[in-house]
Amino acid sequence: MDLSENNGYAVRMTEVSKSYLMGKVEVPALLGITLEIPRKKFNVIIGPSGSGKTTLLNLIGCIDAPTTGRMEVCGQDIAALTDDRRSDFRARNIGFIFQNFNLIPVLSAYENVEYPLLLTKTPGRERKDLTLRMLEAVGLGAHKHHRPNELSGGQRQRVAIARALVKGPELVLADEPTANLDSKTGLSIIGLMHEMQTSNHTTFIFSSHDRQVMEQAEAVFEIRDGRLVEPHEPPRGSQS
Amino acid sequence: MKTLQIAFRNIFRNARRSLMTVLAISVSAVSVLLFGGFIFAIMYGMQTSIVQNIGHLHVYQKGYFDFGSGSPGAYGVSRYEEIIGAIKEDPQLKPLVQVVTPTLNVYGIAGNFEAEASKTFLGQGVVPSDGERMKNWDDYKLGERRHHKESGLSDADTEGGVVGIGMARMLQLCDKLQAENCKCNGAEKAVKVVEASTRAASASPPEIQPAEQPLPQSATQPELQPAQASADGGGEDFSTLAELDIQAKAGEKPDPRPKLEILAATVGGAPNVVSLYVNKAVNQGVKEMDDSFIKMHLSLAQRLLYGRGEKKVSGIVVQLKHTRDIPVARARLARFFSDRHLDLEIRDFRELSPMYGQVISMFGSIFTFISIIMGVIVLFTIVNTMSMSVMERVNEIGTVRALGVQRRGVLRQFLMEGCLLGTLGATIGVGAAVTVALAINAGAVTWIPPNNVEPVPLTILIFENAFLLPGTLVALVVLAVVSSFLPARKASRMAIVDALRHV
Repeated sequence: MDLSENNGYAVRMTEVSKSYLMGKVEVPALLGITLEIPRKKFNVIIGPSGSGKTTLLNLIGCIDAPTTGRMEVCGQDIAALTDDRRSDFRARNIGFIFQNFNLIPVLSAYENVEYPLLLTKTPGRERKDLTLRMLEAVGLGAHKHHRPNELSGGQRQRVAIARALVKGPELVLADEPTANLDSKTGLSIIGLMHEMQTSNHTTFIFSSHDRQVMEQAEAVFEIRDGRLVEPHEPPRGSQS
Repeated sequence: MKTLQIAFRNIFRNARRSLMTVLAISVSAVSVLLFGGFIFAIMYGMQTSIVQNIGHLHVYQKGYFDFGSGSPGAYGVSRYEEIIGAIKEDPQLKPLVQVVTPTLNVYGIAGNFEAEASKTFLGQGVVPSDGERMKNWDDYKLGERRHHKESGLSDADTEGGVVGIGMARMLQLCDKLQAENCKCNGAEKAVKVVEASTRAASASPPEIQPAEQPLPQSATQPELQPAQASADGGGEDFSTLAELDIQAKAGEKPDPRPKLEILAATVGGAPNVVSLYVNKAVNQGVKEMDDSFIKMHLSLAQRLLYGRGEKKVSGIVVQLKHTRDIPVARARLARFFSDRHLDLEIRDFRELSPMYGQVISMFGSIFTFISIIMGVIVLFTIVNTMSMSVMERVNEIGTVRALGVQRRGVLRQFLMEGCLLGTLGATIGVGAAVTVALAINAGAVTWIPPNNVEPVPLTILIFENAFLLPGTLVALVVLAVVSSFLPARKASRMAIVDALRHV
């Protein structure tokens, strides 16, 4: 995919709205969002619970479709893709880090990290090298044969980070990645993600109300009641 | 790739539930295979029994099958020896045929005048040595499990015969024949010499001969020709005919075997009587047959029905080496008769023994019913198991979809799991069924199948039919995959965000 004409933005949204039907009642989740998220930056979406952060991330991650509006992710008009093409697009360009880690329980740490490479049909030797390298990078080389239930919360999230990054995606989305971790582990995870973002030159987009995360952000987008609040500077201590 | 591996691991995720599912499939496989094997044992056993007795094909004079039993003599096959010889030498039939032999059906009255008992009979004249060879037919290799008793007939004994147990009972022959399961009503009546025989004896006292003396030959047997009968005995009753026979035999050596006088109408309609020495009483399986059946040497039946006239037979029995050759042999025989302008018709054993088809059809219906029940059980078990699996893995489904797995990838994953469950269950079931079948076959349990008169070992023929075992295996696996389809489809159609939100 040619991103050279993307004007340096990983995501562009124009008047995007999203509403859900709750029975017969239409409940708006996002209202006329227009934003541009820069590439290769550590971006954070903040907002109170129920403000629409996760909905916005879902739209960016192409796992949900907007009700109205136009959006491009990594230069691709998402509305033009069929479900299968969208799956392929996700498999190649987007990495996900979930609040609950969402590792596949029957697979070992190694196999979980290897999984996205199988979807992109990466050749066997390269797949193995990439997987091992990524596990080493997140400090879990010694735990590669462990199943998720044999790992701590922090270790599981490290596996999830390795899984998200192993295929070298354009975009990594993390929905409150530290919410289920203690503050010390959360800090180390944020540090690791920032480090990986820097070394892999990947665009990271977080949703969080964790101050530790916000302090690491290069760009902050605040959502309130489904609307984008005017962009503002990252809190003190952030890197730019 | 990972699909199989993940499927394999997932079925052990809830080991107890998977075990119950696998067991349900296994039990179904065992039930279907054992019952199927039992039905094949019945089918092959029945077929073997029928083919050993009546062969595969019967050749009749046209019309005999429909009308011949009312007038067997009128539908006799002439020059049957030539026809049999030609069939045996036909280059196309020769490799297919095992035995070709004539048979003659006769109907009449059999009397034991020593006991003042008589009974209508249904008789069959056969060539004993051909009958013995027919008993060797064993296309399904059941021989080691079945043992045939002596038929009681031999080519040399042209006046010997066997009767049904019921016939022996009614004609007061049980004690003399020492037959199993044959008990006459009280003591046999004291030998009562009819007046005619007394007169004959006083006129010419019989010379008592030791039992070892050779059997009387047919050549010495007097026969009543139609013309003779009408002239000499046309207006006489059965006992008068017997009296004449006794008079004629007054000078002969007595035979130690119980003797029956059998009377039948000849082709010309006149009565004829011959003597039959009973060698044995044999259970015929069906009471009606048992009460009236007599099997005798072909020449004796011919003398009874044709007297000194042209000897015919009511049919030619063709026993093939293999049942599967029936269509080829039948077609060839039809052309063979057509080419020679012979007005003959061919019937196979299924037409002659409709009970065979009825029994097979009945067991087939039961088998189908049981298979459907088992199939429904398997279907619901797998649907339940897979639905539970889908419900437990909603979040996982959302995750893999988010990672880029397409809908059909999720569908394939769950179908693979259903397939694995089916394969495991069916394989274990097949193994268990084979073990049980081998144990039953090795055991000494016996039963009397339909159309049999002797108990045979209870047998489960799983391997003899090429389709039973692989068919059951494949059917269960296919059923497992089909059963998984709905839950798998549901999983593949989940909205990713809803699945990820699921707790």
